[in-house]
Amino acid sequence: MASGNLGLTYGGQEKTPSLSGETEFAAEAGAPGGLFHADYKRHDDLKQMLDSSKDSLKLEAMKRIIGMIAKGRDASDLFPAVVKNVVSKNIEVKKLVYVYLVRYAEEQQDLALLSISTFQRALKDPNQLIRASALRVLSSIRVPVIVPIMMLAIRDSVSDMSPYVRKTAAHAIPKLYDLDPEQKDELVMVIERLLSDQTTLVVGSAVMAFEQVCPERTDLIHKNFRKLCAVLVDIEEWGQVIIIGMLTRYARTQFTDPNINGTNHSEKDKPFYEESEEDDEKGKQTESLVLDPDHRLLLRNTKPLLQSRNSSVVMGVAQLYHHLAPREDVAIVTRALIRLLRSHREVQTVVLNSIASMSVNRKDMFEPFLKNFFVRSTDATQIKLLKLEILTNLANESNITFILREFQTYISSQDRDLVAATIQAIGRCAAGIKEVTDTCLSGLIALLSNSDELVVAESVVVIKKLLQTHQGSHGDIVGQMARLVNRITVPQARAAILWLVGEHCEKKRVSKMAPDVLRFMARTFANEQDVVKLQILNLAAKLCLSNPKQTKVLCQYVFSLAKYDQNYDIRDRTRFLRHLVFPSTEQALLAKYAKKIFLASKPAPVIESVFKDRDEFQLGSLSHYLNSRVVGYMDLPNFPAVAPDSNVRNVESPRPVIPVTSLRGNSASAPSKGKKKETFYSESSSEDDDVKDESGSSDSKSDSSSEMDSDSAESDSDESSSEEDPDDSVNISQQNIVRLSPSLSPSPPAQRLSRTLVIESSSESEYSSNSSDSDSNDSDKVVKSSRMPPPKSNLDLLLDLDVSDSAPVMASVSGIPLGTLASTPITDSSIQPASAAYTSTRPTELVSSISSGCGLQVLYRYTRSINLYSPSMVTIELTLVNTGNEELTEVKITNKNMPVGISMHEFTTLASLPVGATRLVTVGIDFGDSTQNVSCDLVASGRPIKINFRPSVGELIRPVTCTEGVFINEQGKLKGMNEHSFSITNTLELEDMKNISTKIFRTTNMASINSSDPNTLRFAGQTLSSKSLVLVTILVGTNPKLSVSCEKMIIGSMLLAELKEALKN
Amino acid sequence: MIHSLFVINHSGDVFMEKHWRSIIPRTVMDYFFEAQRQVVKDNKGHEDVPCVIATPHHYLISIYRNGLYFVAVCMSEVPPLFVIEFLHTVVDILEKYFTECNESNIKEHYVVVYELLDEVLDNGYPLATEPNILQELIKPPNIIGNLINTVTGKSNVSSVLPSGQLSNVPWRRADVKYTNNEAYFDIIEEVDAIIDKTGSTVFAEIAGKIECCVRLSGTPDLTLSFINPRLMDDVSFHPCVRLKRWENERILSFVPPDGSFCLMTYHVGCQSAVAIPIYIRHNFFLPKENSQSQTGKIEITVGPRQTMGRVVENLQLSIPMPKFILNCTVTLNQGRATFDPVTKILLWEVGKIDPTKLPNMRGQIHIQSGAVILQSTPSVNVQFTLTQIAISGLKVHRLDMFGENYKPFKGVKYLTKAGNFQIRM
Repeated sequence: MASGNLGLTYGGQEKTPSLSGETEFAAEAGAPGGLFHADYKRHDDLKQMLDSSKDSLKLEAMKRIIGMIAKGRDASDLFPAVVKNVVSKNIEVKKLVYVYLVRYAEEQQDLALLSISTFQRALKDPNQLIRASALRVLSSIRVPVIVPIMMLAIRDSVSDMSPYVRKTAAHAIPKLYDLDPEQKDELVMVIERLLSDQTTLVVGSAVMAFEQVCPERTDLIHKNFRKLCAVLVDIEEWGQVIIIGMLTRYARTQFTDPNINGTNHSEKDKPFYEESEEDDEKGKQTESLVLDPDHRLLLRNTKPLLQSRNSSVVMGVAQLYHHLAPREDVAIVTRALIRLLRSHREVQTVVLNSIASMSVNRKDMFEPFLKNFFVRSTDATQIKLLKLEILTNLANESNITFILREFQTYISSQDRDLVAATIQAIGRCAAGIKEVTDTCLSGLIALLSNSDELVVAESVVVIKKLLQTHQGSHGDIVGQMARLVNRITVPQARAAILWLVGEHCEKKRVSKMAPDVLRFMARTFANEQDVVKLQILNLAAKLCLSNPKQTKVLCQYVFSLAKYDQNYDIRDRTRFLRHLVFPSTEQALLAKYAKKIFLASKPAPVIESVFKDRDEFQLGSLSHYLNSRVVGYMDLPNFPAVAPDSNVRNVESPRPVIPVTSLRGNSASAPSKGKKKETFYSESSSEDDDVKDESGSSDSKSDSSSEMDSDSAESDSDESSSEEDPDDSVNISQQNIVRLSPSLSPSPPAQRLSRTLVIESSSESEYSSNSSDSDSNDSDKVVKSSRMPPPKSNLDLLLDLDVSDSAPVMASVSGIPLGTLASTPITDSSIQPASAAYTSTRPTELVSSISSGCGLQVLYRYTRSINLYSPSMVTIELTLVNTGNEELTEVKITNKNMPVGISMHEFTTLASLPVGATRLVTVGIDFGDSTQNVSCDLVASGRPIKINFRPSVGELIRPVTCTEGVFINEQGKLKGMNEHSFSITNTLELEDMKNISTKIFRTTNMASINSSDPNTLRFAGQTLSSKSLVLVTILVGTNPKLSVSCEKMIIGSMLLAELKEALKN
Repeated sequence: MIHSLFVINHSGDVFMEKHWRSIIPRTVMDYFFEAQRQVVKDNKGHEDVPCVIATPHHYLISIYRNGLYFVAVCMSEVPPLFVIEFLHTVVDILEKYFTECNESNIKEHYVVVYELLDEVLDNGYPLATEPNILQELIKPPNIIGNLINTVTGKSNVSSVLPSGQLSNVPWRRADVKYTNNEAYFDIIEEVDAIIDKTGSTVFAEIAGKIECCVRLSGTPDLTLSFINPRLMDDVSFHPCVRLKRWENERILSFVPPDGSFCLMTYHVGCQSAVAIPIYIRHNFFLPKENSQSQTGKIEITVGPRQTMGRVVENLQLSIPMPKFILNCTVTLNQGRATFDPVTKILLWEVGKIDPTKLPNMRGQIHIQSGAVILQSTPSVNVQFTLTQIAISGLKVHRLDMFGENYKPFKGVKYLTKAGNFQIRM
């Protein structure tokens, strides 16, 4: 009756007493096989319940069916009855039906199709949970016929308003891919879109889909790399693991080896610890200089994850550091790994396995934690052995006594496996560390008299190996061991002794005993194991050669015994030995050398860690654990010799910014790589969008709705979905992910996108048409046009309109707590770029006419306008004046010697610079938010002139504006280390306000923010490269104070220093 | 990723299976049973079943908890720790739901378990594993809930998405309301040590954790500060803790999940001196190999060492004897001793240590007749507790709450336990 109760208690439903008897059957594990009849009847009964109109009965029936599935019993014959209930209103019944469907749909494909329309309807449900679960089930029923429907559903859902549904869509992608790999191309596009999603909830799943479907498409990651790094901490744990794994592979293709100078390190540092230390020192000086900023970003942002409670995240970071970090940085993962050793047994096993592999080459990392690897009697055997392995790997002269003492206690352990492994480990230590070889050897010999046979046998094998590596006469030891032959029964040990005797048969003490040993062995030959038999043959042959007088007959006897052995290896060996040792006359040629062949000195075996060759696999992977290639394992690529262009990761600034730059350009600007890829998607739609655009799309709302009417055949689409429309499009425009053209996605959501699409692609098409008629020679014109802010075009107005339009709606949406990326700078459209408040008109001299040597004078100034080539570049205008008396030809910049992370766009070569002429050219430099010197050669008439650009921090910033509220809010986020302030000593009067502003504007390129408080001045900007906010506040009045907040601490502090200086004057 | 999950009980029956992708026949478990048999043959414990088993087409990754094996079947490359950690998370969730995750509980609540399993994993990838969210999606079974369901006709499956899933604090459920607002923090430290024959400490370390039980209404923002946070060598946090605050100020600042959870774990490493609260004087010898005698001797005395003025309580010594020992007869001046002839463990439940009268045990060990005597020495596993003290000296400075207007009741408790405390004889 227990299960009857179950129904009552947990079903929470009353049921008729007549049913409870059968319920007992259903719930009982493994009903006896003899009850097939009852089984059948019971199913009938379930069908009845499912057909009834009462939800409670249906639920009860479903629960019992799920019970059957859970126990692995067949419930497929109920399929027709169950599938009808997919329309049930009761959420729990529905859920259980879903579970059932996923389990059996594959087997009953035709019937399963009946349920599809329900899911399609549910996909449009206003409740996000229902939409998501419908998508989950739809994608989980593995019926190939519905592939197109799935594709449609996924495409719909990736632009769903709810991040939860988008996450589910990401999960659906690999399912569809498994079902029909043909869909890959289209899925890749969907993935690309999901990757650029701004919610942390989605990103992890998007990367998971990426890993499953198209792990080779690293180009999709470029643009998202920095974002992924930034949000990594906020993503849920499982997503972190997957992203870290992916980034490890990505980084291996994009960055150069940080340890390039210490590549032969691993081979070298094996024997001596000190040596490796030295190498490290050398390494440090050269390596730390050349790390790509993105590489460093990755390392820095993954580091906090070492404190995760999830062991697989910690392991993920550890392997990332192991594979990517400069040698000296890897050590920071040690402590976290050690911490995992207190976790569950299974975790310990895997972690120890990885540590064992790491400790082969990274002794110094784990040496301080030696004691953590001491074996406890309560450990599982596997863990004990791994710990032993690690201890052995870590052994060196300084800690060997310590380790040996520890080993000694293990030998008296009750765990036989541990004892055997310990003896092996002692052998390895002895072979590796010369100082202790003798001690170990005598210790092992002492073990020969141990009462435990296993200990003795293991010691024999180890001593054999040691004697081989250790030069010198070991007659005594061999003699002592030869006496053990009678006692030891373990075949390996017997074989080892025989081999030793044979090898040392000419030594003083052994030579007398050897024939006796052989005689003894000949007697037991028939009963020996194969290994032993082979060694007896060897011994016989060797003795026969060295001491034929005593042993020749014995040897022949052994050979004839072996001739009829069951094992063909032994028969073969006998035949071969016989001809060498007892040659018939014509074969004597080789036999002459028999002694040399048999008694040659053999190379010593190398005793090393079994974990040595695991380096080929990625640490922490299943393949690494099993030391064999697992299905689906992807090799870690080797570091490229030269890093690919790092600019591909430069993300263009948020949406409102790009169009402006490209519009302002009005002429040539070389498109960057990332740019090109984008146009690819919007190209197909660009034409008709252009048209719409011209037809006054300022009223874009009506435009989009009209398009929806015309395009959607089923535009009777649910009320609910159209209600959501405005929200949806805002959501999307805010996230700037509109890349799909309508032709690719004829589904309703895509139409919803159309409004944003118009804007987006129109600006891009404009851009591409511009670039097509570009003329490379008119760089002068570029300069001029970029110097003064151009009149706002229609498009500009449209864009502005869009921004201001979306902002208020945004506010209404923000009621939904989106897990937006707090740490990505400027995702908020309320922060917009502004134009420079002040531009210096007086150029400064860069190269004087005297120092150039050819009469060329170079002046420069910061134009503070947005660079055309890339928005992250600082635009510098150079004035070239030929003050000499001969014409200069071929003026150009060469030999750009850029530090990593800094790139430069030079001006086009000037064919000639006549005497007295002045030319204006611009260069763009992406300083990567650093104030490093950028030097290059300016060549005029073939003569190089060295020039240096050293930016002031103020120039690395671009002005942005926002409301005061946003300003204060953002400033609140940048507290602590990110805030720099100092109290101004010389009192500033209120009338000085304007003066102060001017000073600020002169020093730095920021925009002033309207302040409600008359005593506070606020300025905002963002760094050019990383788009981090820079916020400056000046308090005047009784307690004057200047504070700078910036995510980049260095920028913040340097700016503070500069501003301080500026205000003093 | 994870294709299927099989749950196996002690007697080797698969009593629950769940497939997230295509169905994998149960026969794949034969490889697992094979490994299990091998372990039994080798005279080893359940812990020695390898946690990763490679079969020709599948990879079986298993954990062993509460007498049950949870075996995940994978078909392609996946970080083994990922799967192991996930399985442990599942068991943790089940424990939260049914207080204990054992066979009868799983069988009794198979529908809830199945619904949970369906929710935590989608197509082999974890979907939602945060207990607070799951508890909103699928209500834990309890009597009152069932009564309500029966009356109102509602189910224990939620029809709306828990708002936590979408918020910035996914670990906390929304609309928490309590009449008594309380927050309890238990600082539990475990001393891990290996002490050798002579009584000197080979290795000692403290592993601490802070277990919280927070029942506060609304969305409280808590900060917890310590008097001496520098003691902690290595820390790991619940995702709710703000890492920046910790790095800069050594303050734990967090919006807690609702209910009980582990806020952080920390280590006090072997570099700093660790107080060892007890010492043991022991005498253990087996008869010589060739002697006719079939009895050995054992004598143990336990005493307090650095207890920081507290009484050592719940002291318990367990000594795994060599396999050839038949029985032990001991006399005690305190507590109770039992010898299990199957596992060969001599267990002495001592209780409190009275410094004036030290607990003492002496007795004889009887050897199985005819058995080969191997000179091996057992090690003593020690359990004890010291209440109201964290042996590392860690102390909470203060706990503040922001964001809500009520005054919560706050409590901090300290406890020191023996972790992996071993004395070699």
